[in-house]
Amino acid sequence: MNILELHDVSMVYGQVAALRNVSLTVSPGEWVAVMGASGSGKTTLMNIIGCMDRASHGVVILDGEKLSRMAARDLTAIRRDKIGLIFQQFHLVPYLTAVENIMIAQYYHSMADEKEALQALERVGLQHRARHLPRQLSGGEQQRLCIARALINCPKLVLADEPTGNLDEDNQNTVLDLFHRLHAEGSAIIMVTHAPDVAAHAQRVVHLEFGRIVNDAPRAPHGISSGEPDKCAVGNMAK
Amino acid sequence: MKNHNMFFRIVFCSLLRRRSRMLAALLAVALGGTVFLGMGAVYYDIPRQMGREFRSYGSNLIFVASGHALTLNLTQVEKAASLLPADKVIGLTPFRYETMYYTLRGVTVVGTDMASARKTSPYWRVQGRWPEKDAEILLGMDVAEQTQLYAGASLSLEVVPRTGEKFVKTLTVSGILRSGGAEDGFILMPLSGLEALMGEAGTASVVEASIAVPGEELAVLAESIRAGVPGIAPRLVKRIADSETTVLARLRALVYLVTAVVLFLTMICVGATMMTVVMERRREIGLKKAIGAENKHIAAEFLGEGVLLAGAGALLGMVSGWFFARIVSLSVFEREVSLPFFLVALTLLTSLLVTLLASFIPVLRAMDVDPAQTLRGE
Ligand SMILES: Nc1ncnc2c1ncn2[C@@H]1O[C@H](COP(=O)(O)OP(=O)(O)O)[C@@H](O)[C@H]1O
Ligand SMILES: [Mg+2]
Repeated sequence: MNILELHDVSMVYGQVAALRNVSLTVSPGEWVAVMGASGSGKTTLMNIIGCMDRASHGVVILDGEKLSRMAARDLTAIRRDKIGLIFQQFHLVPYLTAVENIMIAQYYHSMADEKEALQALERVGLQHRARHLPRQLSGGEQQRLCIARALINCPKLVLADEPTGNLDEDNQNTVLDLFHRLHAEGSAIIMVTHAPDVAAHAQRVVHLEFGRIVNDAPRAPHGISSGEPDKCAVGNMAK
Repeated sequence: MKNHNMFFRIVFCSLLRRRSRMLAALLAVALGGTVFLGMGAVYYDIPRQMGREFRSYGSNLIFVASGHALTLNLTQVEKAASLLPADKVIGLTPFRYETMYYTLRGVTVVGTDMASARKTSPYWRVQGRWPEKDAEILLGMDVAEQTQLYAGASLSLEVVPRTGEKFVKTLTVSGILRSGGAEDGFILMPLSGLEALMGEAGTASVVEASIAVPGEELAVLAESIRAGVPGIAPRLVKRIADSETTVLARLRALVYLVTAVVLFLTMICVGATMMTVVMERRREIGLKKAIGAENKHIAAEFLGEGVLLAGAGALLGMVSGWFFARIVSLSVFEREVSLPFFLVALTLLTSLLVTLLASFIPVLRAMDVDPAQTLRGE
């Protein structure tokens, strides 16, 4: 079964057609890069996949669930259970410490667990920053924290909208390393990026132009190939 | 119950770690609490006394002799007094008027119960001190002026007793009385002293009573005395009793009005602050929703902050309200004020209610936040 299927999806904002008849299929564990000029509809696509928005037309099936007809509440539940979101601006709750920012995601999902949250921080190399507030962290650290938060509930699909857009090269590489590990563990990743060298890390690159997919090319596989999602290294396993 | 902990952690951290605009709301609630508790304490405690204080600005019931008699019999007066509700009687003051002579001129000497007179006529001002012994007197202001006597001086009066020869008695002036009334032209002395001089006890010319009951009730009491005690004609001093009731009613309305206005302003202020806070925190709200918060989470967190705020504000307000009430009470009413527990509970409840009401629209606004739109920021 595919983790994601889009059939003929369109998104219209008033007069603007942000997406036009987009069809896309993503297998479990697949790493897809989405490229395209600014305004080509990348964020719109991510929002629809991420259950943040509903498509104007077309069918979206996420892990076997048809999103198109769902109420906002059910969309929230699906997002919580299946999706990990990473943004270009590292959105964090400013008054919560690093570990608390992870715990809040656990809390909304099911049950806050500090030990597990600390393990997640360790995984992204931030264990020594657990009690720091977001504003005390560097950009790279903030993005790593966002990644740790996105992964804490073991999402089947990780959505990253220009995750390296605000990072320097060192931090970009750290983040990409994390994505490689994630990929190796079997998570499906959809990653929006401007940069070809970032897109090169993915298995497959989808090009958007004026809301249409104009090119959908697999790349030569590298690193450990994907398989079925097998394990969740950190997260609420016991649920 | 780890998740409860997390909820409180979110709420507390939000209030404590943000350089909080909520401080404005906190102060608003505190101010509201101050006025509410302050007014409440003064209003609850004083009015019951206020009737007394007001009525004490003059008596509202007087007894005179009925028929052709010139004097009241004090035993009859006592009977009449027994018909009055004891806890409502602020003062019952007998006045006995006699004429004596000072340097051959007639002067009215009034015998009265000094302690009681101070209660029924609290506006009397005495320069020097009140008489404590039978041979001490107060000079009315006008008398003092005419005689050029002052506190501490002695004064010789020629007394014509009921029976026997007239004689001269020397008395000590303990103080000068300024009453603003007829008493300024009289000499006042303890009733027992006057009785001893006149060689006759147990009578009075008039008895002034100050009773803390509403007008209609007073009329009923007066009627029962007229019917039940012969020799006594009670008269209502109507004008004063009426104005007391009006003043009290107006004061009550004023207290309600001020409290309502202040609570309303508190609500507006808290509401406006909450609204600003929600607007400022749209991103945070959008983010929380994006990572899985439902509307109930968002609402609970804001209301949680509201409740905490209301509690802290109320506590602050109660402390300062208590000072406020004490100061008002001491300086305006010259008495201590007590703080009933129910008022504390009521202040807390009212603060909560006002804050929750004020949060209603802001919380709806927070629940309306669309995560896709707020996080899109390019
Ligand atoms: N809420 C919205 N209302 C109107 N137009 C929108 C809205 N969101 C996006 N758009 C438009 O849709 C198009 C695609 O936007 P977006 O998906 O953000 O592009 P990208 O992420 O590729 O830069 C743009 O032309 C943008 O102006
Ligand atoms: Mg975008």
